[in-house]
Amino acid sequence: MSGHAAAPLGKDLLGLEPLTSEQITLILDTAEPFKEISERVIKKVPTLRGATIVNLFFEASTRTRISFEFAEKRLSADTVNVASTGSSVQKGETLVDTARNLEAMRIDMVVIRHGASGAAQFLADRIESNVINAGDGMHEHPTQGLLDLLTLRDHFKRIAGIKVCIVGDVLHSRVARSNIWGLKKLGAHVAVCGPRSLLPNAIDELDVEVFERIEDAIDWADALNILRLQLERMQAGYIPSLREYNRVFGVSRERLERASRDVLILHPGPMNRGVEIDSDVADGPFSVILDQVTNGVAVRMAVLYLLSGGKPELAEAAKGGGSR
Amino acid sequence: MPAKQSTVLDARAVDRALRRMADEIVELNAGTDDLIIVGIQRRGVQLAARLVSSISDREKAKVPLGALDITLYRDDLQTVGPRPVVGPTNIPADVDGRAVVIVDDVLYTGRTVRAALDELADFGRPKRIALAVLIDRGGRELPIQPDIVGKRVECAPGQRVDVLVQELDQRDAVILSDREEPA
Repeated sequence: MSGHAAAPLGKDLLGLEPLTSEQITLILDTAEPFKEISERVIKKVPTLRGATIVNLFFEASTRTRISFEFAEKRLSADTVNVASTGSSVQKGETLVDTARNLEAMRIDMVVIRHGASGAAQFLADRIESNVINAGDGMHEHPTQGLLDLLTLRDHFKRIAGIKVCIVGDVLHSRVARSNIWGLKKLGAHVAVCGPRSLLPNAIDELDVEVFERIEDAIDWADALNILRLQLERMQAGYIPSLREYNRVFGVSRERLERASRDVLILHPGPMNRGVEIDSDVADGPFSVILDQVTNGVAVRMAVLYLLSGGKPELAEAAKGGGSR
Repeated sequence: MPAKQSTVLDARAVDRALRRMADEIVELNAGTDDLIIVGIQRRGVQLAARLVSSISDREKAKVPLGALDITLYRDDLQTVGPRPVVGPTNIPADVDGRAVVIVDDVLYTGRTVRAALDELADFGRPKRIALAVLIDRGGRELPIQPDIVGKRVECAPGQRVDVLVQELDQRDAVILSDREEPA
């Protein structure tokens, strides 16, 4: 897996902010045929046979880690999972030492989730292996942004021109940042809605519309991307109470029924049912939440594939005419 | 420098070759029962569709048509260039116990066909697999031979054989080029 300079995404996937719209579209287009692999009886292709991928999850995660693991195994890579608990990290080893030790065991890629914003970049700057950011602090969660884009594109057949409102705890959300970058690069109209205390101070610099009432957001949007209220990241004082948050900003069936048009419902999960989203919305006809989960595997397969492939000098040498 | 080109088959010759290949497929299979025709992306798919159409016209039988993209089964991921494009795979029927004919435009090293055989095996266990190619240009690197051939062309290493199809190239032809055009 040494085709870094030639690979269409470069060496690493650290966020959607550094990518061009063409690179994002390439990932989405590549993910399309990968969906079919998950429908097969044998859900596996030999593409990354011989590659070793380490999943460094220094922060709790179930669905993202499993989704990456499925993607890696469906491409026939060998995978190792490392969590901070029970590893040398608990004994005080630094992130870089952990990664360098793993790299000395001849790994090809690292998928990292870390509580610190910038951890993925920090690692990518110091090791040769490809690095994929699976969520770093409050910075970015690029594969979640990509799977959201794929789900929206599946439904609307385009991204350009659609109106997407990100609802809730934008301040603490890396998903929100990746979504805002990705959606805007592909030409969508983006808005946010939530209590002022949960919107970043610099929200104006992101050039997105801001709704203070959820009813207005629902009326405006083609799709709502409802964020989880990240209770574990909050100090006291962001919201008066969960009940009040639900009353003012919760997305309920009644609110959707009063809207002037149908609105697609996305949520990155895990959901706080009865807080930011009601159960009959999460399980309702406009919810594509499980499609997001399915698309997550395909998008991650596409990213792994695109980061691993392609050395132009070898491609040139391999030419000889016609089909092979 | 522009490549020196010659036409190996023009549109009428391509059509004649495909009609003959369709007959041979029916003969090889002793009819169309249990037959599935699968084209290798990209131009193999268009040729497979023509073969299915020809068989359907003459045998009054509906033969399932599939498409295989072998990109993910290649043994040379590092050589596929900086924008590896994966196309769709679609196998329209259960292949277990059926007679499958794989169709490609040009047979060269045999590595594409090896990958196609590997991919097909992930969909089931056909009774028999045959290989039909419009052009066999020789130069095999693997012990793979076609069962049905439109035309055999003697090619030196470094020469190219390009099959053009109406659906993608706006004309049907087979072109032999002496050398690569510079990128």
